[in-house]
Amino acid sequence: MIDNFLLLFDYPVLSADLALNGLLIGAVFVLAAFGMALVWGVLNIINIVQGEFVMLGGFVALMAAEAGLPVLLGIPIAALALFILGWGLYRLVIFRVIDRDLFVSVLATFGLSIVLQQLSNELFGADVRTLEAGLGTLLLFDGAVALAQIKVLAFFLALGLGLLLWLFLKYSRLGQAIRATAQNPRAASILGIDTDRVYAATYALNAALCGAAGALVVMAWAIHPYIGLPYTVRSFLIVIVAGVGNIGAVVAAGLGLGAFENVAGFIFGTEYQIALVFLLMVAVLVWRNLRLQRKRMYLK
Amino acid sequence: MAARSKRAEDPEREKSGQGGGTRMTKRKWTGKAGRRAALAAALIWAAFQPGAAFAESIRLGSAISLTGKYSTNGDFTQKGYDLAAKLINERGGVEVAGKAYTLEIVYYDDESTPARGAQLAERLIAQDGVKYILGPYSSGLTKAMAPVTEKYGVPMVEANGASVSLFTEGYQYLFAVLSTTEQYLQPVVDLAAKVAGDPSNVRVAGAFENDPFSQDVQNGVLADIKRHGMKMVIEDKLPPELNDMSATLAKVRALRPDVLLVSGHARGAALAVRQLSDMRIELPMVGLTHCDSAQIIEKFGEKAEGFLCAAQWAPALKYSDPLFGSAADFAKLYEETYGAPPPYQAAESAAAVMVFADAFKRAGTLDPKAVRDALAETDMMTFYGPIRFDESGKNIAKPMVLYQVQDGEYKVVYPPEPAEAELRYPMNAR
Amino acid sequence: MSRSAARYAAIGGAGLLVLAAPFLAPAFVTQFTFLWLMIVFALTWDLMGGQLGYNSFGNILFFGIGAYACAVFQRDSGLGYYEALALGAALGGVLAAAAAAFLGLGILGLRGHYFAIGTLGLGIAAGEIAGGWDYVGAGSGMTVPLFPGALELRSLFFYFTLAALALATFLTLRWLYGTRFGLALNAVRDDEDKAEAMGLYTARLKTAAWSLSAFFLGISGALAGNLIGFIDPRDVAFAGATYGVWMVLMAILGGKGTLWGPVIGAAVFHITQEIFWTYLLGWQRVALGLLIVAIVVFFPQGILGTLREKFPGRFGSKAEVQ
Repeated sequence: MIDNFLLLFDYPVLSADLALNGLLIGAVFVLAAFGMALVWGVLNIINIVQGEFVMLGGFVALMAAEAGLPVLLGIPIAALALFILGWGLYRLVIFRVIDRDLFVSVLATFGLSIVLQQLSNELFGADVRTLEAGLGTLLLFDGAVALAQIKVLAFFLALGLGLLLWLFLKYSRLGQAIRATAQNPRAASILGIDTDRVYAATYALNAALCGAAGALVVMAWAIHPYIGLPYTVRSFLIVIVAGVGNIGAVVAAGLGLGAFENVAGFIFGTEYQIALVFLLMVAVLVWRNLRLQRKRMYLK
Repeated sequence: MAARSKRAEDPEREKSGQGGGTRMTKRKWTGKAGRRAALAAALIWAAFQPGAAFAESIRLGSAISLTGKYSTNGDFTQKGYDLAAKLINERGGVEVAGKAYTLEIVYYDDESTPARGAQLAERLIAQDGVKYILGPYSSGLTKAMAPVTEKYGVPMVEANGASVSLFTEGYQYLFAVLSTTEQYLQPVVDLAAKVAGDPSNVRVAGAFENDPFSQDVQNGVLADIKRHGMKMVIEDKLPPELNDMSATLAKVRALRPDVLLVSGHARGAALAVRQLSDMRIELPMVGLTHCDSAQIIEKFGEKAEGFLCAAQWAPALKYSDPLFGSAADFAKLYEETYGAPPPYQAAESAAAVMVFADAFKRAGTLDPKAVRDALAETDMMTFYGPIRFDESGKNIAKPMVLYQVQDGEYKVVYPPEPAEAELRYPMNAR
Repeated sequence: MSRSAARYAAIGGAGLLVLAAPFLAPAFVTQFTFLWLMIVFALTWDLMGGQLGYNSFGNILFFGIGAYACAVFQRDSGLGYYEALALGAALGGVLAAAAAAFLGLGILGLRGHYFAIGTLGLGIAAGEIAGGWDYVGAGSGMTVPLFPGALELRSLFFYFTLAALALATFLTLRWLYGTRFGLALNAVRDDEDKAEAMGLYTARLKTAAWSLSAFFLGISGALAGNLIGFIDPRDVAFAGATYGVWMVLMAILGGKGTLWGPVIGAAVFHITQEIFWTYLLGWQRVALGLLIVAIVVFFPQGILGTLREKFPGRFGSKAEVQ
């Protein structure tokens, strides 16, 4: 561990490499977190299937490429396929848990995530899969820092989609209906908004965002059927830190998490990377709680 | 010949799921018609083999990974077992004390988790009355099952648990046909020492998955490196849910070691090839395990050039036996049956079944204790290589081989005896 | 009274069945042993989730701590098998309880789903840390010492120790739920702020309940580690995706917040699970996931809860008093 730390000083450019690569993967976390924030804010459920949507998006992109389609086309295809899946899951299961205890939705979506994991294992096998996007590698600082172009593309795509999402929520008819439902479902339905449809659209949109993220993951990194849970936890973590209604904060928190993970994984050893993510989440929860308590004391 | 063994002869159905059904499911799903067809087939077959008596079957049990993180290799293991059992049955089964028996394999799915593996071993033995166990996939699962088979005095011949720590527990009923972990990457270290001239200048980096198998590979490598007086500059553990090695590779890029060793089952191999090329890291020598089950040539083409791969077996080897013929014949038969070339996991699994068959024959009885003693005396040649067990039950007769990916093909480069090609060093030299 | 006589007869009959089970169906002893383990899981989970209203997804943490503590003690103490196991199990229980008390300082302040997901994080992080820590064998796991006695004796030994543990857990909780402490737990569940306003020391109550739950889980971990024989960090000790989820599920299936619910839930779940494993080779986990969804969506009250709604008269006083 100390060796790794010293190494950062011996090779300062290494820090840049790690942080940049971390920011790039952070952009994918941001995409999944957008969806999480939407679903949490509008439907008031915590969607544990989030990570499985990412994983399935990756497999869809993989299949599209294997069918001979251009690789990058896999991103919209994955988003579309997952949109349909999200809609279907809403109609089958999710609408039953919306008004229920949060714990019910957590457990129900957890059950769904097991089903999707195992089905993917049966359908696609347990191997790690990757997809070649056929893009090159960017070399910075005389080749001391290498960034795969697909990662850079993923980064800008994620930010672009975030912007689109913001515009959509702000200006489109459906976006306004979604925001109205989030604020007060009863009032929204009195004013003639079909809240059930809004819920379905929101959930499907979330799945589509995750699907796009998954397509980027398979091109820039790798996927396998059991990759989901860490993505769920990351998006959860980002949304807790950033809050449900703040797209800018989600972006900042997601990129920060990516950079933290990569640098911390380097210093403490990759074997502790996942543990660090989860411990960070616990720490954030406790810290947030202490802060709230302090606020309550002021009120007294 | 019973309907069940007919099913065991039909490896086509494969692909986990119903395929390798348990004994129970087989009974359930083999309809009446199936039974009659099987009976008819058996009668016809018997009619053409006047010498063979109407066969009873010997039941072997196996808990393998049909789901979970090892399911790909679990599938290869099952295919290897099935192919050997099928061939042995077609050749008249196993003759024990003048009577011919067919082999039948009872499968359960251990979900790639040790807790389940231990329970299933117990279930196979206590509830299904199985007296001989074929090993699961991976060292971790074998570690979980070995205490159970040992307790019950049931011999287990395993083909996929290479961890050397399995053979320091003093197990009497455990036999492994494969070479143990410390030998996996040893040839790479030896080769590196040879090409370097002065080994003390060689700097080695290693990334090993955090599981029983890879950790033992690492221990073996460390011993070899010490022996040669080389320097270990990176020693990373990789998490089992591996999907990004970039933190380790960033270190590799900074330190520029002469040799990089990666052991992390199929995942580690796939990621190493992919990310080394993504990050434009060029090293003179990179050694991996599990290249062929990761299908690095098929998946990465050009990028896989020059990688060194540790393997238990290769189709190019010169070994042969009367059942399968040569190693190349096995590869051909396997490919005809399953439509893809055999990774070594399938070959060693097939060899495990042959070892059992041989021991039954020599024991002349089906008493587990006698079979165990016969197993300990095993000294046979197979298409997979010579098999002879030492006191602790590991195969000491067969060496590991080392491939290098050259022009889109695996070529054996070490040891010198079966080598097909010269080592390319540095790895991207043509 | 004839009613209480009938009750004693029922208890006696059940006791006899428990004693005789391993001899009536010797091939299934291991499955029965695991059933007792499952009952401990469900009962200890329900103490937190059902009675206190704190849905923990990370109770597996204490199971793992117990398993590792005992295995390390057995490895390093140099005592005989039984002494080392007994002391190791006690150590596992105490360490687990201590861990609960310590972690409770921060975590038990969280409410609702934040608590659920925070504990989930703890459970998974623990597995990852154990998987990287060389002192406990890192990713290679730990092998416990072989049982010294005969084979049949081993099965029976673990059957009866785990049965005793399950019974001890059950009786402790049964007694506890009848005391003021039990009522206070329910008060916290129903409205924590009001309970606090009424003068209950909620923080102390919650810590005590979690530690008690952890204590029994720690012991069960120590025994289960020895029963399984090989401790893998992620798949045996901190098996969040299997044991960790099952405990929640079994308690919910049987009926949260009841004494018998978790026991019934564990039995039904365990049997279903074994059947899935035997008949649905390779698809058992899919079936399990669907089962989870179905249970949670359609029977959130569980078996006992649904029955109580249908036949309130038959439960009336009983369910409340005990």
